[in-house]
Amino acid sequence: MNVNQSAPPVPPFGQPQPVYPGYHQSSYGGQPGPTAPHIPYGAYNGPVPGYQQTPPQGVSRAPPSSGPPPASTAQAACGQAAYAQLGQGDVQNGPSSTVQMQRLPGSQPFGSPLAPVVSQPAVLQPYGPPPTSAQVTAQLAGMQISGAAAPAPPPSGLGYGPPTSLASASGSFPNSGLYGSYPQGQAPPLSQTQGHPGVQPPQRSALPLASSFTPPSSGGPRMPSMTGPLLPGQGFGGPPVSQPNHVSSPPPQALPPGTQMTGAPGPPPPMHSPQQPGYQLQQNGSFGPARGPQPNYGSPYPGAPAFGSQPGPPQPLPPKRLDPDAIPSPQLNELPPQQKTRHRIDPDAIPSPIQVIEDDRNNRGSEPFVTGVRGQVPPLVTTNFLVKDQGNASPRYIRCTSYNIPCTSDMAKQAQVPLAAVIKPLARLPPEEASPYVVDHGESGPLRCNRCKAYMCPFMQFVEGGRRFQCCFCSCVNDVPPQYFQHLDHTGKRVDAYDRPELSLGSYEFLATVDYCKNNKFPSPPAFIFMIDVSYNAIRTGLVRLLCEELKSLLDFLPREGGAEESAVRVGFVTYNKVLHFYNVKSSLAQPQMMVVSDVADVFVPLLDGFLVNVNESRAVITSLLDQIPEMFADTRETETVFAPVIQAGMEALKAAECAGKLFLFHTSLPIAEAPGKLKNRDDRKLINTDKEKTLFQPQTGAYQTLAKECVAQGCCVDLFLFPNQYVDVATLSVVPQLTGGSVYKYACFQAENDQERFLSDLRRDVQKVVGFDAVMRVRTSTGIRAVDFFGAFYMSNTTDVELAGLDGDKTVTVEFKHDDRLNEESGALLQCALLYTSCAGQRRLRIHNLALNCCTQLADLYRNCETDTLINYMAKFAYRGVLNSPVKTVRDSLITQCAQILACYRKNCASPSSAGQLILPECMKLLPVYLNCVLKSDVLQPGAEVTTDDRAYVRQLVTSMDVAETNVFFYPRLLPLTKSPIESTTEPPAVRASEERLSSGDIYLLENGLNLFLWVGASVQQGVVQSLFSVASFSQITSGLSVLPVLDNPLSKKVRGLIDSLRAQRSRYMKLIVVKQEDKLEMLFKHFLVEDKSLSGGASYVDFLCHMHKEIRQLLS
Amino acid sequence: MATYLEFIQQNEERDGVRFSWNVWPSSRLEATRMVVPLACLLTPLKERPDLPPVQYEPVLCSRPTCKAVLNPLCQVDYRAKLWACNFCFQRNQFPPAYTGISEVNQPAELMPQFSTIEYVVQRGPQTPLIFLYVVDTCLEEDDLQALKESLQMSLSLLPPDALVGLITFGRMVQVHELSCEGISKSYVFRGTKDLTAKQIQDMLGLTKSAMPMQQPRPAQAQEHSFISSRFLQPIHKIDMTLTDLLGELQRDPWPVTQGKRPLRSTGVALSIAVGLLEGTFPNTGARIMLFTGGPPTQGPGMVVGDELKVPIRSWHDIEKDNARFMKKATKHYEILANRTAANGHCIDIYACALDQTGLLEMKCCTNLTGGHMVMGDSFNTSLFKQTFQRIFSKDFNGDFRMAFGATLEVKTSRELKIAGVIGPCVSLNVKGPCVSENELGVAGTSQWKICGLDPTTTLGIYFEVVNQHNAPIPQGGRGAIQFVTQYQHSSTQRRIRVTTIARNWADAQSQLRHIEAAFDQEAAAVLMARLGVFRAESEEGPDVLRWLDRQLIRLCQKFGQYNKEDPSSFRLSDSFSLYPQFMFHLRRSPFLQVFNNSPDESSYYRHHFARQDLTQSLIMIQPILYSYSFQGPPEPVLLDSSSILADRILLMDTFFQIVIYLGETIAQWRKAGYQDMPEYENFKHLLQAPLDDAQEILQARFPMPRYINTEHGGSQARFLLSKVNPSQTHNNLFAWGQVMK
Repeated sequence: MNVNQSAPPVPPFGQPQPVYPGYHQSSYGGQPGPTAPHIPYGAYNGPVPGYQQTPPQGVSRAPPSSGPPPASTAQAACGQAAYAQLGQGDVQNGPSSTVQMQRLPGSQPFGSPLAPVVSQPAVLQPYGPPPTSAQVTAQLAGMQISGAAAPAPPPSGLGYGPPTSLASASGSFPNSGLYGSYPQGQAPPLSQTQGHPGVQPPQRSALPLASSFTPPSSGGPRMPSMTGPLLPGQGFGGPPVSQPNHVSSPPPQALPPGTQMTGAPGPPPPMHSPQQPGYQLQQNGSFGPARGPQPNYGSPYPGAPAFGSQPGPPQPLPPKRLDPDAIPSPQLNELPPQQKTRHRIDPDAIPSPIQVIEDDRNNRGSEPFVTGVRGQVPPLVTTNFLVKDQGNASPRYIRCTSYNIPCTSDMAKQAQVPLAAVIKPLARLPPEEASPYVVDHGESGPLRCNRCKAYMCPFMQFVEGGRRFQCCFCSCVNDVPPQYFQHLDHTGKRVDAYDRPELSLGSYEFLATVDYCKNNKFPSPPAFIFMIDVSYNAIRTGLVRLLCEELKSLLDFLPREGGAEESAVRVGFVTYNKVLHFYNVKSSLAQPQMMVVSDVADVFVPLLDGFLVNVNESRAVITSLLDQIPEMFADTRETETVFAPVIQAGMEALKAAECAGKLFLFHTSLPIAEAPGKLKNRDDRKLINTDKEKTLFQPQTGAYQTLAKECVAQGCCVDLFLFPNQYVDVATLSVVPQLTGGSVYKYACFQAENDQERFLSDLRRDVQKVVGFDAVMRVRTSTGIRAVDFFGAFYMSNTTDVELAGLDGDKTVTVEFKHDDRLNEESGALLQCALLYTSCAGQRRLRIHNLALNCCTQLADLYRNCETDTLINYMAKFAYRGVLNSPVKTVRDSLITQCAQILACYRKNCASPSSAGQLILPECMKLLPVYLNCVLKSDVLQPGAEVTTDDRAYVRQLVTSMDVAETNVFFYPRLLPLTKSPIESTTEPPAVRASEERLSSGDIYLLENGLNLFLWVGASVQQGVVQSLFSVASFSQITSGLSVLPVLDNPLSKKVRGLIDSLRAQRSRYMKLIVVKQEDKLEMLFKHFLVEDKSLSGGASYVDFLCHMHKEIRQLLS
Repeated sequence: MATYLEFIQQNEERDGVRFSWNVWPSSRLEATRMVVPLACLLTPLKERPDLPPVQYEPVLCSRPTCKAVLNPLCQVDYRAKLWACNFCFQRNQFPPAYTGISEVNQPAELMPQFSTIEYVVQRGPQTPLIFLYVVDTCLEEDDLQALKESLQMSLSLLPPDALVGLITFGRMVQVHELSCEGISKSYVFRGTKDLTAKQIQDMLGLTKSAMPMQQPRPAQAQEHSFISSRFLQPIHKIDMTLTDLLGELQRDPWPVTQGKRPLRSTGVALSIAVGLLEGTFPNTGARIMLFTGGPPTQGPGMVVGDELKVPIRSWHDIEKDNARFMKKATKHYEILANRTAANGHCIDIYACALDQTGLLEMKCCTNLTGGHMVMGDSFNTSLFKQTFQRIFSKDFNGDFRMAFGATLEVKTSRELKIAGVIGPCVSLNVKGPCVSENELGVAGTSQWKICGLDPTTTLGIYFEVVNQHNAPIPQGGRGAIQFVTQYQHSSTQRRIRVTTIARNWADAQSQLRHIEAAFDQEAAAVLMARLGVFRAESEEGPDVLRWLDRQLIRLCQKFGQYNKEDPSSFRLSDSFSLYPQFMFHLRRSPFLQVFNNSPDESSYYRHHFARQDLTQSLIMIQPILYSYSFQGPPEPVLLDSSSILADRILLMDTFFQIVIYLGETIAQWRKAGYQDMPEYENFKHLLQAPLDDAQEILQARFPMPRYINTEHGGSQARFLLSKVNPSQTHNNLFAWGQVMK
C-alpha cells in the first residue's frame, strides 16, 4: 500500500506541498477552529456512544494522539511512521487542527488526514468525535489521487511520523479519530485531485479540478479502474495516476516527478528523507489537498473537537470532514516542516482497525454489557466484556449488522446496508456467565402463540389482568392456560416475571415434550462413530497409530451434560480403505471382531448389537481394538479409498440404532476406488479467473448432496479430518460436513511428528465440545421483516427451517432479513431464534434467543448503530456463496459496489455537506473499506499462485460458519509485537496494523488469523533476544519454518510461549506456529497476511482501495 | 429260480449292479413290450473290502470315440500282445508295461473276478478335502448351542489336513477369515442382494491379480495362496481358533419384532459359499454344509416373507399357483446348484425346524450335487446330532465314506443305448454313439457328474435296446455294459472304478420264459418307482399314478396267466409275484402322494429315494413290519391292518421312521408293570426284543430315522396306521360291530 500510495502521492504532494504549507497552515489555522469540523465530529461521536465518550477518550487518547502531534516532530521521523501517525494524527488533527487543513482541496484530503493528525493531540478526542465525522469523511479523494492521497498520508505521516510512536497510541485512537481523519485523509486524496489541481490555493478551486484530475490521473493510469483510486493504488500507479492528477496540477509544483515517483512507490521512508521537504509540502500538498480539504475537514474536525460534545451534530459535520483536506492543512501547518516530505496518503491517517479495537476495549471492556435496553450496540467482538442478560440475547448468541433498522424497505434499499443477524445458538459462554436456564413446563410443553407459534418471551404482552397475552410478533391475542396464569402488577407486568426465565431473560431453554421428537419418541443418547482411513497413506504418515493412541484416552472426555458422571454418548469404530471394516466391541467379547463390508456400491451396517457401545463397559475391548488397528494394517498396500460409502455406512449405523450422532472421518486421499461418490482429479488452475472458475467450488457430483440430505434426516453430523498429500477435492468432500453442520479440518502433507500437536489438539476439542443433534432452527421476526436468507453449515428443505444434523458451540448461522412491510418505530423489531435440538445426553430441548432492535425513520440512525464486523461477516459469507454461481470477478465487483452504495448513501443523506473530494465514512463503518478489502483479496476471491484449489474450497467452507470474532481476525489478522513492550508486562502487547511498514527489523512479531500463527523475526533482532527465545547464537542460526519454540527458562521465552498458548486457547482451531525470518523465503507466506499491503496476487493495498472506494462513491454521488 | 436269485445277489455284491432284466430281449420291439425298461441300479462305490485298488492306470481302447477300459470280456491275443475292445471291436496294442503278460500271467483287469476293478491314478495336484460350514444364526438359543457343539465336535472328526471355512448368516452373511490372530475378522454381505461370482470374489479380495502385476511371479503365486487360504484353513492349524469362533457365535443380533420371522439370508449365504469355492478351489472335492433353522426370508432365494401371519406355501398353494416366491427361489437355487456341480463341489442341507424350511426350493442343491439332505425338528435332537456325526463315519480302511467330483461314464455294446440316469447327478452333455434319443431321467449324454457320493449312492440307469427285430443276435450273444467312475477318494487320491458286465440276449418270442425268469422284480420296482418319482417332480400327481397303473396292467397283461372274465384265475410267476404289491404301496407312498405331507417333506423323501440302494429303496416303498409275540420268533407280517393285533408288538421300518407299536393287551400288561416282575421276565424280553432290533437299524441307517415308541391308542400310532393297508377300515370294523351285536 505504502508504495502505491507513496508513489502517487509524492508527486502530487510534492507539488501541493509547497503550496500547501501555506494553505494548510492558513487553512488550518482558520478552518480548524472555525470550521464545522467540530460538528461533524460531534455528529459522529453522537452516533457512536463510544465516540461520544470519545471526547474523554479522546482525551485519554489524546495523549497518545497528542503524542502523535508530536508527530510533527515525529514527522521528521519516518514517512512510514509518519503514516501511521499521520493517520492517527490526521484523525486527531482532523478534529482539532484538521478543520483547518481540510479546506485545502488537493491537499485537503491529506491534509485532512493530517489535520486529524495534527489535532491528534487533542485529536484523539476529536477523533472520538470525529467518529461522527469519522464516519467520516476520509477524504478519499485525496487518497485516490492516490498520489495525492497517499502523499497526504505521508505528510501527515511525517508530521505524525514522530508521533509514530505515538502513532501507535494515537493510531489506536486514530481509529476512532483516525477513521474520522482517514476519511478525511482519504478524502484528501480525492480532493487531492482537487487539491493538486488547486495545488493549494488553486487547489480548492482546483479541487474540483483536482477531482476531475484525479479521475484523469487515475484514469490516466487506469481510467477504467477508476477505481481511480484503486488504480492509483494499484498502478500506483498511483504514481502516475496521482501524478497525472496531481501532477497535472501539482507536477509542476510537486515537481520532481522523480520525487513524486520515488515518494510514491518509494517506500515511504526513503521518500521521506529525500522528499521530506517536498513531502512536507506534499503533505501539505497532500495534506494540502487534504489540507485543502482540511479546511473542510477543519470544519469537520472542528467538529471533531466538538466530537466530545458533538454527538449530536456529527452527521452534518462529517460531510465537512470531507474537508479533511483542510485538516491536513492544519497538520501541514504543524507537519509541514517535518512531514512535508511525504506525498502519499498517510496510512496512519486512514482508519485503523487496531485503533478502533483498542478504543472499544478501553471504553467498553470494563463494564458489563447489560442487555435490557432495546437496540443497544454491543461492544466489539475483540473486546472482553461480561454480559448481563436482562431480556435480550447476549451478543455472544446474536449479533446484528445494525441494531436500528429502517422502518421501510425503501429506506433499507436506499441504504443498502444488509440487515442480518449472526446467530450462534449454542455459543460457549465464559465461566462467569450462566448458561441459559432450562424451563420445564411439563406435559403441556412450552407456551406458544397460537398463530405464529412464537415461544413465550419477555416481549409478550399480558393483558386482561393476565388472562391473555398478545404475541409480540404477530399481535395475536392468546389465552393464558390456567396453570400458567399469574396476576399483573401495576405496570402490567406479571408478578412472577422475574421468577420465570422465559419472561425475564433473552436466552433460555425449554424442555421439549414428546411432540417435538422424531416419530413421537424421546430420542436415545447420540453416538459418535470414528471412521478411520487405513490406506497406505494414512499408515505411512503415522496418522493411524497416532489417532488410535489418542483415542484411547480421548474417549474419557466425551461430552457430557451438566454434572453427569459419565457421558451418555456411545461410540463405534470403523476403518476403511477400499472396503469398510466395522468392529464389534461388545463388552462380553474377549477380543474385538472385525466385519468387512466390501459391497461398497450398496453399503450397509453389518451389525447392530456391539457396534455402538458405552465406553466404560467395553473399555477393555476398545483398548484392544485400538492397539490392534495400527498393527493389522501396518503392511497394507492399499492406496485406494472410498468416501461416500463410509458416510453412508455411518449414517446407516445411526439409523439402525435409532439415534442421532456424529461421524468423525479421518481421510487421506481422493476417493478413486470404484464406488458411489467416486471422484476424479479435476483440479485445473487454468480455470482461475474464467467463467468456469466457479466449478472449482462446486461439488463434482450430486451424490454427496443426496447423501447429506439423508444424513440430515437421520441427525447424522459429519466431521471431516483431511490429511491430503495432493488434491482431494475439498469442494466435494466437504459437502456432507457442510450440510450436516459438521466441521472440516485439513492438514496438508501431514506428518505425525510435525503435525501431531495441531491435529490432536483439534481432535480433542472437536470430540469434547458440546454438540446439539438433530436440530431445527427457526427465526421468527416481528411483522414487517422476514428472515429470507441463511448462511452457514446446515441444510434447508424449506425456506424457513434451518436443519442441522449437528450444531456445536462454534457454528454460526448468518440470517438475512428483508422487509415485507413497514416496521413500527415504537415497537421496534423483534427476533426470536428457536433451536430445537437433542442434547448430548439425549434430552430434547428448545433453546430460545430473543433480541429486540430499534427501528428508525432516519437513515442516520441506521448508520449510527451498525456493526462493521458483523457486516463483514455477512458480506464475506454472501460473497463466498456467490462464487458458486458467478465468476469471482463479478462477486468482487458487486461487493465493492454494495460497499460504495452504503457509503454513498451515508454521504448523501447523513453526512454534513462537504466537498465532493472528501471521503466521509460513518463512524460505525469506517473500517468497512479496510475489512472489505481484506475480504476481496482473500484466497477465495483473489487467489495467489501458491493457493491451491483445495485451500480455497477449504477456506470458503470454513468462513461459511464462522462467527463474527472469527471472521474479524481471519480477514484482518492480529499482528503483535513481542519485543516492544517490557517483558514484565503481563498484558497482551497492543497489536499493530498488518502492514510491512509496521515491522521493524529489530523486533519479533506474532501474527495470527485464527488459522495460522507466525512468529516473524526481524533480521536485526538483538542477539540476546534470539538467544533467549531460540537458544541459538544468532539470527542466522534460527531454523526457518520452525514450528516449536524451545522451552527455555527465561522471562522472554516464557512470555512468548505463554502468549502463543493463550492465543491458541482463544481460537476454535489449533494454530500451528511457523517461525519466519525476515528476508527468508518463507516470508512470502507471512506477507500474505499483511493485509494492508498490496498483495502478490494483485489485491489492493488499503490505501489504494480506499482511494478506489472513494472514487466509486463519488461516481455514485455525481 | 434260485439260481437267478443267487446270480443276482452275486452280481450285486461283486459289481453293485441290479438289472431289471438279467436276460435281455434281443430286439427293440420286444424290449418295449416288456413294459419294464431294461435298466439297472448301480452303486458305483459299493464297498468292496475284498477289492484292493490297483496302483496303475487303466488301459484304454485306442478308438477315440470308444476309450473303453480293458476288461475281462475282451479278447486277448497274448502272442501278438493285442486285445480287442468288446464294445467297438477295435484291436489295440498293449502298452509297453504289459509285455510280460501271458495266459498265466494276467493283469488283474483281465481276470473274470475283477469285473469290477479300481485303479488309483496319479493325476493333478492333490488338494485336501474342503468343508465349508454355512451356519444359520437365526436360531433359538438352545438350538444354536446344540448346533455349535455339533460343529465343534465335527472338527475333531475331520482329517487334520482338511481345509475348513465358516460362513454364518442371518440378516447378513458373514464370511469368517480364519487366518488372523487377535481380532477375528469376517467379511459381511447384505442378505438381500444377489451377487455374481465375480463380485463375490472381488469383495472377498480373491481377485487381487490386478495390482501385483508388476511383481515377480512367485510373489503373486504366494499372494494367491495366501488369499485363498484366508477363508479356508487346514483344520490342524486353526482348530482352536475355529472352536473359539464357533463358541462365540452369537445369535443374529438384529431384532425380530413380534409377528415376524427372523430375516434369514440363506440364498445369499449359499451363493457366497458357492462363489467362494468357485473362486478358490474349482474342481476339487469340497462340501458346503448348510445348517439352517428356518426358511429363507429375504433376498434372492427367499421362500416366504417375514410376516408370520403369512404361512409358508403348502401343496395347496402350489396347486393354486399361490406360492409367490417359489419359482424365483427355485430358479435361484437351481442356478447355484448347477454352478456348484460344474465346480465339482457338493452341497449338504441340514434343516432343523418345526415348520418348513424351503427344502422344496433348495432340493436341487443337494439333488444335483450329490449332497445330503437332512430334515429334523431341532438341532438339539439326537436325530440331527447322530446323523451329522454319521457323515464322518469311516470305512474298514479308516477312510471317510465319501467321495467327490465323480464322473460316471457308461459304455454299451452296440445293441444298446443309454436312455438316461435318475439319481443325484448332472449331465456332462457328452454326446456319443451310445446315447439314445429316447430320454429317461437325466439324458442325452453318456457321462454324468456326481459331485458327492458315498458307498450307498445308487443311480438308476436306463437303457434302450436298439437292435432291430430283423437283425437277430446269434445264440449265445451277450450284451456288455461298462461303467467307468472316476472320483476323488476321501484320501484325496484320484481313483477310477471300472465295472464291466455282460448279459445274455434272448429272443423274446422264443425264449420269453428265460427272460421272465431272469426278471428282478425288486430292482424293477425300484427302477419304476424312480421313474415315477422323477415324473412326479414335473407332472401332476394323478397323471403319474395313472401312468404307473397302466404300466402295471400292461405288465400283468404280458406276463400274467389268466382266463378272461375270471379274476380269480389270474396268476403271476414267482419272479413277478411281489411286483404288484410294491406298486400298490408305491402308490400310497409319500413319494407320490403329497396329501398330509408338506412340500418340504415330499422333497425330502424324494431326495432320499433317488439315491438309496435297492434294499433301502424297497423299505421306503413298502415298509417292513415285524411282529413280536410269545408265539414264536419275530416274523415279518403283511403291511396290513389285519396285522395289528392286541397281543403283538409290531416294529415297522419305513426308512424314515421306526415305529414300535404295542398291541392293546401288551400295552396294558406293560402298564401293569409285569415286565418288572421276575416271574414275567419273558415279557420283559418280549418288550426288549423290538427295541434291540430297532437299535440295530438305527445304528446303521443314514439319515437317522425318526424313532417312535408307541402303543395301541397312542397318538403316534398314526405313523403305523397310515402305512398299513386298510383292509380293515372303520367301515368294516363298524360292520363287524354290528354283526357282533
